[in-house]
Amino acid sequence: MNEKTILEMRNIEKRFDELEVLKDISLTVNQGEVLAIIGPSGSGKSTLLRCATLLETIDAGYLGYLGNKVAETGENGRAQYVSKAELRKTRSYFGLVFQNFNLFPHYSVLKNVIDAPMNVQKRGKGEAVAKARGLLAKMGLEDKADSYPYQLSGGQQQRVSIVRALAMEPQILFFDEPTSALDPELTGEVLKVIRKLAEEHMTMVIVTHEMAFARAVADRVIFMDGGVIVEQGAPEDVLGNPKEERTKQFLARYSEEQ
Amino acid sequence: MNITAIFLRLAEGMSRSVLIFALTLALSLPLGLFVSFGRMSKWAPFACLGEAKSAVLRKIAGFKPISFIVKVYISIMRGTPLMLQIMVVYFGPWYIFGIKISNAYQFSAVIIAFAINYAAYFAEIYRGGIEAMPKGQYEAAEVLGYRKGQAFIKIILPQVVKHILPAVTNEVITLVKDTSLAFVIAYAEMFTVAKQIAAKESSVMPFVGAAVFYYVFNLIVAVAMEKAENRLAYYQ
Repeated sequence: MNEKTILEMRNIEKRFDELEVLKDISLTVNQGEVLAIIGPSGSGKSTLLRCATLLETIDAGYLGYLGNKVAETGENGRAQYVSKAELRKTRSYFGLVFQNFNLFPHYSVLKNVIDAPMNVQKRGKGEAVAKARGLLAKMGLEDKADSYPYQLSGGQQQRVSIVRALAMEPQILFFDEPTSALDPELTGEVLKVIRKLAEEHMTMVIVTHEMAFARAVADRVIFMDGGVIVEQGAPEDVLGNPKEERTKQFLARYSEEQ
Repeated sequence: MNITAIFLRLAEGMSRSVLIFALTLALSLPLGLFVSFGRMSKWAPFACLGEAKSAVLRKIAGFKPISFIVKVYISIMRGTPLMLQIMVVYFGPWYIFGIKISNAYQFSAVIIAFAINYAAYFAEIYRGGIEAMPKGQYEAAEVLGYRKGQAFIKIILPQVVKHILPAVTNEVITLVKDTSLAFVIAYAEMFTVAKQIAAKESSVMPFVGAAVFYYVFNLIVAVAMEKAENRLAYYQ
């Protein structure tokens, strides 16, 4: 297994006013690794993802991609980010799949997928379209290229948004509760697609409530609560045989609800 | 004066009304966008006082000068009659600054007054549309690497336009009728001409003509705007 580090976060701290959301979080994600992050609402897992994808800024700590620094605590004790140009470059390393898809409603499926490669990465139209059609076919959406998002089911929309992220050829793909807005029937088709990507050794970080899925697909599971990583390890350990009391409680309550 | 002569004179006034209408739209629609940006400006030069103990200082920290100035401007534009604003723009240079005004300024004054008045209304419509956009659209564009301006032009603005079109149609229709206010500085638009002829000829025919003109003009506007709405109805 290649041990190239894609994402590195060290001692990340983040607060919203008085509320400490992330307390001294450290994690690394290596190439080809699939990491699942679980935890109750308000545990900070989504904020962690938003910090990694530059939608939120960290207050302190170190954030880096592929060995390049993105932000680090400066002499004044607050995190200093690199230049705007370097941040733009950083964004090309990762993709993000949102809970509620956030497709562009005024663009057809194909345009949703090719617009950023063409206008952000300045790739030729022919190349972008060929790539998009290939990815859409792979996700079982080849006949939807000319549809508009509102004409698709939630599961189809989420698959399109995965294609949109993949078309940028990211080094790592983040998923923020990708099936939480879907009913159980549609959840399956999206999970199947993510599983397929895992089999191809796509590097992924998945925030999810689907325990069975996390267990099946993840190489490593992180359980977060109250802004800290309570426990992490192989899925069968964290989910099957948790050591921490807090993890046990969470999983017990979770299986009751199921 | 026969009907043809009346019609010809009215037509002259009509062309001036149409000119006011077209120039006002051409100027106020883009100007309104910049006004709405000013209104939404978050620039707070004293933000460093935010952690201060005194409540007064904290209030100053939250002060947004650009947004405040634009708010005052919008408030004046919406809070006073357009007729009065036209007079201020026309006579203001002379009464306030002693600058001699020429006849040529009459038309400019009308256009300036209309443009800054309508820009204020359009700005608030734009702001409503822009602020109603889901945050996720900005975030999706940001993560995909679009520059801020690029994201606004390609992703946000087209969706905003679709949502605000009915409100804009309202304003545009009001504008057609408001063009008659240019009479206040004796600019010979349609309604001014109609009144002159009516007084001279002791006839109501010119008013009938004026009514038909405004109605047909607005009918065309309404149909055109509906066409535009239909063109944007391809998505939800």
